[in-house]
Formats: sequence, structure tokens, C-alpha cells
Amino acid sequence: MSTPSATAESDFFQQTESRKSNFRALGNRTLSTICVGISLLTLVPLISILFLLIKNGLPLLNWSVFTELPPAAGMVGGGFGNAVIGTLVMVGLGLGFSAPIGVLSAIYINEYNPYGRLSNAVRFVAKLLTGIPSIICGVFAFAVVVATTNSFSAWAGGVALAVLMLPTILLTSEQALIGVQNAYREASYGLGATKFQTITRVVMPDALPAIMTGVMLAVARAAGETAPLIFTALFSQYWAKSLNEPTASLSVLIYNFATVPFPHQIQMAWTASLVLVALVTIANVTAQLVFTKKH
Amino acid sequence: MMTVTPMQESTLPKPAASATTDRPPRPDFLTVRNFNFFYGQKQALYDIQMDIPERQVTAFIGPSGCGKSTLLRNFNRMNELIDGVRHEGEIKLLGRSIYDPKLEVISLRRSIGMVFQKSNPFPKSIYENIVYGLRISGHNNKTELDEAVERSLRGAALWDEVKDRLHDSALGLSGGQMQRLCIARAIANRPKVLLMDEPCSALDPIATVKVEELIHELKKQFTIVIVTHNMQQATRCSDLTAFFYLGKLIEFDKTQKIFSNPSQKQTEDYITGRFG
Repeated sequence: MSTPSATAESDFFQQTESRKSNFRALGNRTLSTICVGISLLTLVPLISILFLLIKNGLPLLNWSVFTELPPAAGMVGGGFGNAVIGTLVMVGLGLGFSAPIGVLSAIYINEYNPYGRLSNAVRFVAKLLTGIPSIICGVFAFAVVVATTNSFSAWAGGVALAVLMLPTILLTSEQALIGVQNAYREASYGLGATKFQTITRVVMPDALPAIMTGVMLAVARAAGETAPLIFTALFSQYWAKSLNEPTASLSVLIYNFATVPFPHQIQMAWTASLVLVALVTIANVTAQLVFTKKH
Repeated sequence: MMTVTPMQESTLPKPAASATTDRPPRPDFLTVRNFNFFYGQKQALYDIQMDIPERQVTAFIGPSGCGKSTLLRNFNRMNELIDGVRHEGEIKLLGRSIYDPKLEVISLRRSIGMVFQKSNPFPKSIYENIVYGLRISGHNNKTELDEAVERSLRGAALWDEVKDRLHDSALGLSGGQMQRLCIARAIANRPKVLLMDEPCSALDPIATVKVEELIHELKKQFTIVIVTHNMQQATRCSDLTAFFYLGKLIEFDKTQKIFSNPSQKQTEDYITGRFG
């Protein structure tokens, strides 16, 4: 003999223990397992790349690869010091052109005139540019710089990389600024700050870590690009004496050495790859450490 | 539209004598005349007339969307940060139009401080939060800033709680402390008026009591306008209450009168919760 409420209770437990809910729990577990499995799977290519780079690149890695010039065809020894410097210089030039333009444009389109026609145009073009193949950046810099100065140069390489980096820097900076709470802007204006003061004292300090992440993303991509450099900076066997002459870069060196039939050169291409990845990683980690939010 | 400039000076309760000023409080410290306000095509305020007296607490009440925050945000011209807004009519502070082209909006905002619904300390130290308004107006003398920090934090009844960690991040404070920090930040500018937009709506009852006690202290020095959804709060801490409905000022009178014997039916319906 059971009271109505007792029946309701037993019904409730019967329900929760029913086959249907077991099935749901099973589905839940299966999906979790699949997600974990897929996540592990994405690690495989990343780890294999690192493993291959270290395995093949480490044997030739020593201080002299940073201080010596590339070996001639069929020769052994040497290094790629000029290519390391060339990559640093050209990425630096590209950053010097694109970071101020990109960040300041982002400030304009997000802080000064978010709904204006010009801002919409800038946003649209930047999104279009992110999809442009990097070789087109090279062609552009060839036409604008190489063809007019009649010389391959680090300048031309820098311009090509700048065109490549600009949309990434602009769009990530805009996202960084959108991420700054509007309450901060209101508080600043409410205390009598001008727009300029609000941007420099409140908005930018808060957005800076995210902006730097975007900039580093652009740097990482630019440092590894070969196509825009092949017909702007070309390559050089020698130490560059100025920014107006053909300049070596790690990516072009890797491309050159990986396609020749000499085992020493191929091995050196691996070492150069390892150095390139290490440089990008060091730059990334440093930027993260320096600009991480203190709050 | 009835005219709602209710008060004769003689009927005002005299505020406690303040050390900061000797002249008697003005009944028309902040005046609003024939004020209409539009967000694009939509009219948000209709023909508002009111005189807000000096060193009193004036509460704005009314249902959401009735225009009370809109009017509050017009006093320091914060609404102009929104695109496509437009106003008609006049608002005067101490007899001078706040829309006077010769008056810079930044100096207006320095003399009319604002505290927001959600406390919004900057992600900086407690100290830097307080001195922000001073730094942006070019004050960088350390002694002067130190004094302002202590004066403002004492003024906001926060000094004893934070004096040992002035250089820690303001984001480590509790919700109530953050809101009092925002009040301290606003009074560091030595404003004439303090606008408070639902300052307690995100606070627990204990923190609310502290802020209300603070409002009571602050009105000795500042003219305070507070928007609130909490009718008990309006009765507890305001001298005057204005009831808004659908963008119109329905009734504006002494708080006691509004809550005990309102002259308008709509006011009575609202404060007794019979609003439909």
C-alpha cells in the first residue's frame, strides 16, 4: 500500500534509471571521448614538425652557422649568418611600415569613426587583403619598388612583407580595441578626459597585450614567407652592405637549399628551418612576457 | 504638461552648514528648461522643466525607459558620445548654459562628476584611479596627488580599508569597495554636482547601506542627483524626488510629499506598485 506521493517518487527514480537516460549518459561520454581524441590528433602534426626539425636540424647547429656565409654548391661547412640578419632586417622593416599604419588605422576605425563610410571601406579592404596570396604582395612590391629603383633590395622585401602583415595587424588591433570595455571609456570621459587622453591612457594600455599578440602573429607569418621575398629581395651569397642591394633571407635560403641535390645543403636547410622556428618562438614568448596584463 | 518647479526656497530643509562655502544654497543650482531630447527620430524626453537645488539629494524615479537616466546623462553631456542625438531647450549650471560654446565639455565633466550603475574602476592601481582626473588636467605634483588621494578616499569612506594597499590593483576590491572607489575618483576632481546612475543596483544590502550613508555625508559638500529603481532608497537618502514616466516629468516635489501624498494619480500608482 503506497501513498500517491510515494508512487510519484518511485516513478521519478524509475525514470532517471530508465534505458533512455543511460543512453544519454553514454552519448555524453562518447562525445567527450571523441573531442579529446580529436584534440590529441591536432597535436600530431605540430609535434611531428618539431620532432623532424630538431632531429634533422640539430646536427649542424653550432655558432658558426650564425657567423659564416652560405657554402657554394657542392661545398661543405659555412653557415647562413647573412640570411638570419636579412630576415631580421626585412621583418623589422615590414613591421616598421605596417605596425604604425595598422594600429593607427585600427584606432581610427574603432575609436574615432566606427560607423563611417571610410571605416567600413578600410575594414572591407583589410579583410580582402588577408585573403590575398603572399606572392601577389611580392609582385606588388616588385612593381612598386624593384621596377622603379631597378634593383632587388631589402627595402623591397620589407615593403612586400609590410603589405602582407598590414591586414592582420589592423584587424587584430581592431578586435583588441573592441575588447576594451566601454565602461572604461565612459569613466574616462566622465572624469573630463579628451578623446586623445582616453585612448592613450585607458584604451591603449588595456588593448596592448591583444594588439601585441596580433603583431606577433603577423611577424611569425611574415618571417616564414618565401614567395614575397623571391622577387623583391632575391638572395645574396654575401653580407649585405646596405638596404639597397639583394638580401638573403632564411626562407629563401631554405627554398634554395632544399631543392639542390647536395646532402650538406639539404641538411643546412633543416638547420635554417630550426633557427627560423626558434627565432619566431623567442620573439613570441618575449612579447607575451613583456606585454602580458599585470592585472 | 504641468509645471513642476515645486519648491519655494523657504520650504527647503536647510542643509548642514558646510565648511567649503558660506553662501546659502541656491534653489536653482541646476536648471532645466523646455528640454526635449531625441535619439535619432525617437524622442526620449518631453519638455522637461525642473530646478535642482544646491547641496540636496534629488532622486529620479520611474519605470525603465522613462528617460531618467537620459536626463541625468545630459547634465554632463555624456549623451553626446552617442551618434545621432539631438536636444532642444536649455540646461543651466549656476545660471550658465552647459551648451555654451565657450564652455569646454571636458571642464563641464570635471565640474559634474558621474558614478555609473556598474562600478568601472580602471585596471590600474587604487591610487592611479583616484588621480586620473587630476593627471589628465595636468596635475602631477606628488604631494598634491597624495593629498587628493587621502582626501577623496576619506570622503568616500574607503580610506581605512585601502590605505595600506593604495598601489594594488583596484580590480582586487569587493563590489561595494569598487563603487566607493568610483565615488572617490569622481570627487577627487572637486566637482560641483555628483550624478549617480543607479549606483547601488549591483551591490549587496550591506554595501548599499554604506553607499547611502556616504551619500548622506556627501550632500554637505555636493549637489547630488541619483537615479534609482529602489523606492526605499529614494525615501532613505533623497530630499527631493522626481517621477518620470514615458519621457515626461510627472511630478517633482519633496520626497516626503511624493511618497506620502503625491498630487498625481500616476505617481501614486507607481509608488504603490499598482502600475500597469
